[in-house]
Amino acid sequence: MKLQRKNRLRALSLGAVAVSGALALTACGSDDTGGGSGSDGGTTAANSSIKCDDAKGQLLANGSSAQKNAIDAWVKQFVTACKDVQINYKSEGSGAGVTAFTQGQVAFAGSDSALKPEEVTASKKVCSGGQGINLPMVGGPIAVGYNVPGVEGLVLDSETLAKIFDSKITKWNDAAIKKLNPDAKLPDLKIQAFHRSDESGTTDNFTKYLIAAAPDEWKYEGGKAWQAKGGQSASGSSGVAQQVKQTSGAISYMELSYAKDGITAAKLDTGASDPVEATVENATTAIADAKIVGTGKDLALELNRATKADGAYPITLVTYEIVCDKGNKADTLAATKAFLTYIAGEDGQKILAENDYAPIPEEIIAKVRTTVAGLS
Amino acid sequence: MDISTKNAEAPPPLSPPTEAEQKRAARGATRPGDRIFLGLSRGSGIFLLVIMAAIAVFLSYRSVLAISKDETSFLTTFEWNPTAAEPSFGIAVLVYGTVISSIIAMVIAVPIAVGIALFITHYAPRRLGGTIAYVIDLLAAVPSIVYGLWGALVLVPHMSGLYGWLDDYFGWTGILDWQGGAPRSLFTVGILLAIMILPIITNVSREVFRQAPLMHQEAALALGATRWEVIRMSVLPFGRSGVISASMLGLGRALGETMAVATVLSPSFEINASLLDPGGGTFAQNIASKFSEASEMGRDALIASGLVLFVITLLVNGAARLIIARRAEYSGANA
Repeated sequence: MKLQRKNRLRALSLGAVAVSGALALTACGSDDTGGGSGSDGGTTAANSSIKCDDAKGQLLANGSSAQKNAIDAWVKQFVTACKDVQINYKSEGSGAGVTAFTQGQVAFAGSDSALKPEEVTASKKVCSGGQGINLPMVGGPIAVGYNVPGVEGLVLDSETLAKIFDSKITKWNDAAIKKLNPDAKLPDLKIQAFHRSDESGTTDNFTKYLIAAAPDEWKYEGGKAWQAKGGQSASGSSGVAQQVKQTSGAISYMELSYAKDGITAAKLDTGASDPVEATVENATTAIADAKIVGTGKDLALELNRATKADGAYPITLVTYEIVCDKGNKADTLAATKAFLTYIAGEDGQKILAENDYAPIPEEIIAKVRTTVAGLS
Repeated sequence: MDISTKNAEAPPPLSPPTEAEQKRAARGATRPGDRIFLGLSRGSGIFLLVIMAAIAVFLSYRSVLAISKDETSFLTTFEWNPTAAEPSFGIAVLVYGTVISSIIAMVIAVPIAVGIALFITHYAPRRLGGTIAYVIDLLAAVPSIVYGLWGALVLVPHMSGLYGWLDDYFGWTGILDWQGGAPRSLFTVGILLAIMILPIITNVSREVFRQAPLMHQEAALALGATRWEVIRMSVLPFGRSGVISASMLGLGRALGETMAVATVLSPSFEINASLLDPGGGTFAQNIASKFSEASEMGRDALIASGLVLFVITLLVNGAARLIIARRAEYSGANA
């Protein structure tokens, strides 16, 4: 009996060690080490240009997860220069960000898509005397990443992409792909097309491209939820990237920063003289081709997805910061203005490329700067 | 010490209790302590009912908001797009996925769990049995997201062999036909869920088997029964209702499991005839993956799907109670 009790105790303590070990590990796991990786080099240079004025207090923001790494890099620089300001950006998604903004919970929201008319109406309650406006701050190419052994520099066009993601082309050695890649050794391999299982601005932008550039092949309505039948899915950009890495013959769309380590980004045959690569510069070129569709101070953009301009990569995402043009809360206005001035400034935009985001072209960002200066 | 003077309500010895006293005894509340305890327990019971009613009202209210705007049939649509110009969402795929993955999990987990419980209580040497019991307990302490990560990184890449084998020998059935996609299907989810619900079924079954009346077992042994016959004749009938309750607890966890399913499954709004093809989805997984980016309308739609899960869980629990009630003669309470 005594012996047994001893055993019991031993087992109990073993269990306790295992559990507390697991707890300690999870505690470590929750530490956020921050995303701004390549931005350290510019610290001293960037700090000099940040004007804090009399900004202080806590700035709450919420929204798109697509621009999270950009915001992280900016915040890191900004709070080093302006010690009195704390910025807390929750990346709960564009939908949550806009909702939080129209309920007056945050100083600004991040969103992959411009405010809809009914959301502008809702924002008038929060912005006394004004309304919510979209300020384009971050661009980003959405890479079409694939994992096909032995195939480098794959070229695809909008129609082939639409057919692949609509399960109409099912083999890598399909004639349509062969025609675009006469020199590549395409294997007799099943195409495993992955899409996002969660609602996502990335899906929205990717399908907007398919709708605009391949209207005959892509008959779906578009939106944040994936609509085509067939294919496989995973949650989040990291989720689809993980699947493409694991699965031979896989293809999916993701932000450029995820297309690395075993994932190759396909080039796009847009009708330009050369197939366009998914790069930060090419995304900026595509944004330069965009129309400003917002009225007044609103700078919502409409990209030309069917562009044939040389070096313009049309599967590009623009994310906005959404603020009130008039009637921002008095206690956060100074800090909001200072932060937005910094991120729209030259240094702020320069950091983007280091994090695989595309800066907004000069002509548009100049308008953003003027608008930010006039916020009240 | 004259009791009758000190406590006027105590019945005088040897005289039959009056009608009023009988009633009071039946109510069980005579002294202040009893009355307070009665009040507390009654209060807790009512509190539970109020909570359940509040959840039901909340779910129903938000569901009605969503379903009234749904352009298609909520119950039969194979689509989820509440943000579209014509909002359309349906739960057909989710019902199918939730039920099928739970059934697969139960089919795998229950026999194994009962086997482990019998081994621990009737076959294993005490020390070994105890160790196994502790290890099984630890399985229950692993957070579900850890199972999800393990499933995605270890289980899924290693499933191809089993899938190929199943396809070779059972492909003709149609339901085990494999097209060669990544093994992120309802079948893999079922296996993962089986591992997750194993501890709870094992533990409860073990406790029930341990309480099987020793006299029955010894009587059977005395009649010359083998150990297996003892188990079959006295332990299993006695433990049946306990095993059913344990299975229902496990089923409850399988129905509601979120993170592990969301990590392992490749969700889609399609039903495949084959269990091995990627696709499908469950209520909890769909809510978890869609909630953060959903619009107001989308959230209401997700809550509406949550209401259906709520109803399914209530039905399952009700069914379990019915089964157990029918087998009340075997239950431990009557032994």
